Amino acid sequence: MTTTEAPVHAPALEMRGITKRYPGVVANDHIDLEVRPGEVHALLGENGAGKTTLMNILYGLARPDEGAILLDGQEVHIAGPSDAIARGINMVHQHFMLVPVFSVAENILLGEETMAGPIFLDRREARRRIVELGRRFGFEIDPDARVGSLSVGWQQRVEILKALYRDARILVLDEPTAVLTPQETEEIFVVLRRLADEGHSIVFISHKLYEVLEIADRITVIRRGKVVGQRRPAETDEDDLAELMVGREVQLTVDRGQSKPAGVVLSVDGLEVKDDRGSVVVRGVDLEVRSGEILGVAGVAGNGQDELVEAIVGLRRPSAGRITLQGKDITRATPRETNESGVAYVPADRHRFGLVLSFPVADNLVLTDYYRRPYARGFIRNDAAIESTAEDRIREYDVRTPSAKVRAGTLSGGNQQKLVVAREFARDLKLLVLDQPTRGLDVGSIEFIHRQAIAKRDAGTATLLVSAELDEILELSDRIAVMYRGRIVAVRDGRTADKNEIGLLMATGGEARSSGAETGPAA
Amino acid sequence: MTARVPLPNRARRLLGQIWALIALPLISILLALVVGAFVILASQLVLPGGRFDLLLPLSAYAALIEGAVGNFDAIVDTLVSTTPLVLGGLSVGLAFKAGLFNIGAQGQFLLGALGSVAVGVGLAGAPPLIAITLALAAGMLAGALWGFIPGLLKAVSGAHEVVVTIMLNYIAIAVIAAVVGGPLRQHGRPEAITPDVGNAALPVIIGHSGHAGIALALLAVALIAFLLLRTTLGFEIRTVGANPDAARYAGMHPRLLTILTMSLAGALAGLAGGVVVLGVTHLMTPSFGTTVGFDSIAVALLGRTNPIGIVAAALLFGALRAGASLMQIKAGIPAELIDVLQATILLFLVANPVLRRVLKLRGVKPGLDTTDTITRTYAGEVVAR
Repeated sequence: MTTTEAPVHAPALEMRGITKRYPGVVANDHIDLEVRPGEVHALLGENGAGKTTLMNILYGLARPDEGAILLDGQEVHIAGPSDAIARGINMVHQHFMLVPVFSVAENILLGEETMAGPIFLDRREARRRIVELGRRFGFEIDPDARVGSLSVGWQQRVEILKALYRDARILVLDEPTAVLTPQETEEIFVVLRRLADEGHSIVFISHKLYEVLEIADRITVIRRGKVVGQRRPAETDEDDLAELMVGREVQLTVDRGQSKPAGVVLSVDGLEVKDDRGSVVVRGVDLEVRSGEILGVAGVAGNGQDELVEAIVGLRRPSAGRITLQGKDITRATPRETNESGVAYVPADRHRFGLVLSFPVADNLVLTDYYRRPYARGFIRNDAAIESTAEDRIREYDVRTPSAKVRAGTLSGGNQQKLVVAREFARDLKLLVLDQPTRGLDVGSIEFIHRQAIAKRDAGTATLLVSAELDEILELSDRIAVMYRGRIVAVRDGRTADKNEIGLLMATGGEARSSGAETGPAA
Repeated sequence: MTARVPLPNRARRLLGQIWALIALPLISILLALVVGAFVILASQLVLPGGRFDLLLPLSAYAALIEGAVGNFDAIVDTLVSTTPLVLGGLSVGLAFKAGLFNIGAQGQFLLGALGSVAVGVGLAGAPPLIAITLALAAGMLAGALWGFIPGLLKAVSGAHEVVVTIMLNYIAIAVIAAVVGGPLRQHGRPEAITPDVGNAALPVIIGHSGHAGIALALLAVALIAFLLLRTTLGFEIRTVGANPDAARYAGMHPRLLTILTMSLAGALAGLAGGVVVLGVTHLMTPSFGTTVGFDSIAVALLGRTNPIGIVAAALLFGALRAGASLMQIKAGIPAELIDVLQATILLFLVANPVLRRVLKLRGVKPGLDTTDTITRTYAGEVVAR
């Protein structure tokens, strides 16, 4: 710091007393937020706490009812996203805004075209700037690569580059790590650090406590539209943050008790499954799940877990191998047949598979049972039975919804997942297949779902848990199978497993035996 | 949470909900009338004779209304023109519910008319009840076949129903020309025309021209509403339309439902055709063919694919059609103005994001719940893998 500078910096961004009311709720209630130059400022809060509303106000997508926004001490009125971008505020959304068939350079140029004359793009200059920007922040990027062919982690870097290309001074990242592997998360953190060191201000939205503690300089916690506290990582810990966020003490790890595994419920032998493009992505998987145990399948996303799960529940035909449920062959069973033989399935993508967002909550609660008594007599639906069951489930699973009649799409992410869980767990089941059951959820909802899973296990259900969250696997599993490139490469006991070892296995598949090793050990 | 809402409040909320639903269609209709008025004014400028009457739009619309609802016969005429639009609207609306865009209602309508005429002519001497029943059934079957084909092709190969049904529309026109000019042609007549359907003609139940098809259409509305809202099949159709992946997950069969829904939609449009030939024309010429099938798309969209909404929209379009001739006689405005009005209404509906912004309509539902469906089906997403 040079002596000419004033002792106190004006904050790069200051939001003062921001209030935003929607019919029935106060989404933001006099929120103050101050972000200094060169700071990574984490905004922590449960789903629905008001983080997104606040950022939409900053980005000009919503207008505050009260309050002011100051950039470098000057009050500004942000008219819309393009105005925000012009003022150096950029946002990296949770769901990327990229055109998959365009190249990296074309995506970055979109909306901020570098021109050579009035008509033509100056692609060469653009490419040069993109490569240079990448290098400055520690990564080599090929500006001609097609974005659709990049991994999620790289796509995110393209989003960040896009912001930097527009000279972003304030960068808002909305749950940037939700889709990343632990390694990718580490790499993106390095990038964010460098950005901050160069004087950029970063607003990091998340509800993952350990990440916030790792990356942030300061943490502002929001609950129900209000700022409930501000911390520095050094003066807090996960328990403290969780309590602030949820408003009560939260058990971050559920007490899982002792499991009592009994007979084999699910047995998978030599299973091979193809993905949509026809390449074999599950390559000879053997595994068994016993009654009363949770088998966790750990693996970086995209190693064949989704296809494995879809084959088991009947959504995908295996190309080879056998799946049996308590001795009954279900290899070629349809989703309805597996469902009726006692398999419940919480899909990874609840919006795509688990729910019909435009349907009422009640219809979603009977989505897999709608044709059965008492919900239907013959082919006539019984609305009264559907509604009364729905109300029971809503109560039992503590789904926060104004009524069973509102559309499922109006609920928060956590409550939507509770709907899926309520529907699937409430049945009489033998096998429970959980695919990323807590992805994108807040601590409170995660705690709830984990408790329910343990309760099901104790009731004798066999559970197959697939998760890219290593912590979740370690916390719940009685046994852990590591999946790598379509194979189970290792099985470990859930209580004695070593986190680093599993992490390494996930990332490398156990390098030592990777070449020529055709079959993984059976699970 | 479920505290009793005081009645006035509840009534107001209900009114609010109704307003949210009908605001955009109403505004679109009003704006279309304004545009129509300008068209009428402008048309006077290009007409020879050079009289310019600033009030001509008003007198034209007055004649239109008089022709549509001015007296008992006019009202019956309106109901008669409404009937095929209701059935066609149900056809398109039902397909929309399953995420399918049935542009083929026109072809199904034509083929349904042909089926009904063929059987009706054959049974012209049979007892009316038998002749009518079989002739209507034949029309529905023929329409169902014309819907089954695109349904099957979509389910089996992913061929897009929009493309297939458009092609089938052309084929239907050719089939009619061939059959009416050939096997069905009445002997001893210089022009190609079928014999009269005789006893297969629908009985008149209201006024001079109000045939029993009006009651059939209302029955169809009730049945389709019941199917969609109260049966498991209707739930399956709606689920496939709203989220085909979730439908598969829930154990439904998207492919089968696609075939079934398209066949049902075809049967409805076919019934519309049957009702027109058995109730109104009683015979068929190779040039038979109103634009009922295409108007039905507009009806389904204006009615938000909801059976009751479809009835309302069909009544409006039916009234416009019925009133057009009096408007032509009294005000000298060609009946084609009705096409202008219909198209403009649709245009405003499609442009609903603009309307909502300009008029600051907060909380009003988008004009087309189905635009998502349309764009999704256009994107060529195959219903089932």
